[in-house]
Amino acid sequence: MIGTNLVYPVAGLTFTAFALFALRDRRFGSAAFHALIALSFFAGDLIGDIGNGVLVLALVALGGSGAMRKSPPRDDRPAPRGNGLFVPALVIPATALLGTLLFKQLPGLVDPKQATLVALTLGVILALAICLAWLRPSPVTPFAEGRRLMDDIGWAAILPQMLASLGAVFLLAGMGNAVGGIIGHLIPGDSLFGAVLVYCLGMALFTMVMGNAFAAFPVMAAAIGLPLLIGAHHGSPAPIAAIGMLAGFCGTLMTPMAANYNLVPAALLELKDRNGVIKAQIPTALPLLAFNVLLLWAVLR
Amino acid sequence: MLVLLGIAVIAAGFLLRFNPLLVVAASALVTGLCAGIEPLHILAAFGKAFNDSRYVTVVYIVLPVIGLLERYGLQTRARALVTKLRGATTGRLLLGYLLLRQITAALGLTTIAGHPQTVRPLIAPMAEAAAPEGSDPERIRALTAATDNIGLFFGEDIFIAIGSILLMKGVLEGYGIRLEPLQLSVWAIPTAIAAFVIHGTRLLLFDRAARKATR
Repeated sequence: MIGTNLVYPVAGLTFTAFALFALRDRRFGSAAFHALIALSFFAGDLIGDIGNGVLVLALVALGGSGAMRKSPPRDDRPAPRGNGLFVPALVIPATALLGTLLFKQLPGLVDPKQATLVALTLGVILALAICLAWLRPSPVTPFAEGRRLMDDIGWAAILPQMLASLGAVFLLAGMGNAVGGIIGHLIPGDSLFGAVLVYCLGMALFTMVMGNAFAAFPVMAAAIGLPLLIGAHHGSPAPIAAIGMLAGFCGTLMTPMAANYNLVPAALLELKDRNGVIKAQIPTALPLLAFNVLLLWAVLR
Repeated sequence: MLVLLGIAVIAAGFLLRFNPLLVVAASALVTGLCAGIEPLHILAAFGKAFNDSRYVTVVYIVLPVIGLLERYGLQTRARALVTKLRGATTGRLLLGYLLLRQITAALGLTTIAGHPQTVRPLIAPMAEAAAPEGSDPERIRALTAATDNIGLFFGEDIFIAIGSILLMKGVLEGYGIRLEPLQLSVWAIPTAIAAFVIHGTRLLLFDRAARKATR
């Protein structure tokens, strides 16, 4: 069955190419960083949990110490091709779309859990094949150009994986109960509005710390959602869960910890202000958070 | 109670502007030690979760294609396309993208767009080209990335098989509450509409401000 056995080797090869280009430029920190990510994609399942832990420590040392340097800037060339360039650019989303729909009909061929990733990977391979056949660049040129974009992203590329791992350690350490114990004391008496407010703000704030609403939900559900909103106030579980999660998403819009949504685009768009995307999102996130509080309160009243 | 120090480490690391990778690693160590977990056990748990979440980092395989197309002038073509459209403004263009992103995400098609795939090579250059002369490109690009995020976040939860819906279902089941994904996903609709209204209004107000500033 096709699944991560296709996707991870393709990702490994891509990061190997990024590493080789960095090596050629004598940027050894970046070369080692990208080589380790490639190793993780190729051999992550073979080197054991401790081995993966050591690999992460090495990535943190390289990314956190400023050992990674950007590649030298290049001049943009004028556009020698016409609107045909949109075709390969749109092949990626189109294949992702068709593949996701098609693979659901062929459950034996593609691992259903990985259907979107497999479709995305096939879209990339197809687009690359079209580009190579039509534009006839040197076969290494795509990776040289991709490396330029990857260098803009830098260490932020692995922050989402780091936060998922931190979430696992928090779970192991019983962080949810500890946070729940404290937050429970913040709610005044038996006020429904107070409970809704603390629940939604707690979702947003904890999401901002963890960079991810997925980590915040089990904590806030255990702390307030179940004992107070569902238990004491007899609220309906579905809106409590769904609207709480969306309050968490408002937090995602306001934190640099959500690197893949907030820091990576700032780097990709070459913004001078690393927090530029977050600043553009706060005026939408705050009224929307207030809306979620009022909505949940109105539903439960 | 002591494990809360792990959150304090993150907050302090943030305020002191340490590299987030170092802050996260330090927080994991502090949290684990405070909970009385062996250091090697912490390392193993961290490494296992890192390995299990590799799928997040796969998206960067699109960069070679995008980089190559940019070298042949994709951004320039995207800009040229917009300047031919009469009546195109940054706000209207992004409003259309917001709606498209919300609807496709609500159908579960979250990976058909994104910052590397569509924002950098297509939408951001188009949004810049649709702005009046003399607008601040930095602000337009930031607003484009913000629009992609908002469209994704407040569309995807309407889809019944998205990760967050399955997570909620799983957590509630742990407490003996059984819900169908559809019961959860319908409650994402009011917030999706509110997100479209709030962010859409901001986008149209941006047009007005841009016209005034450059008049």
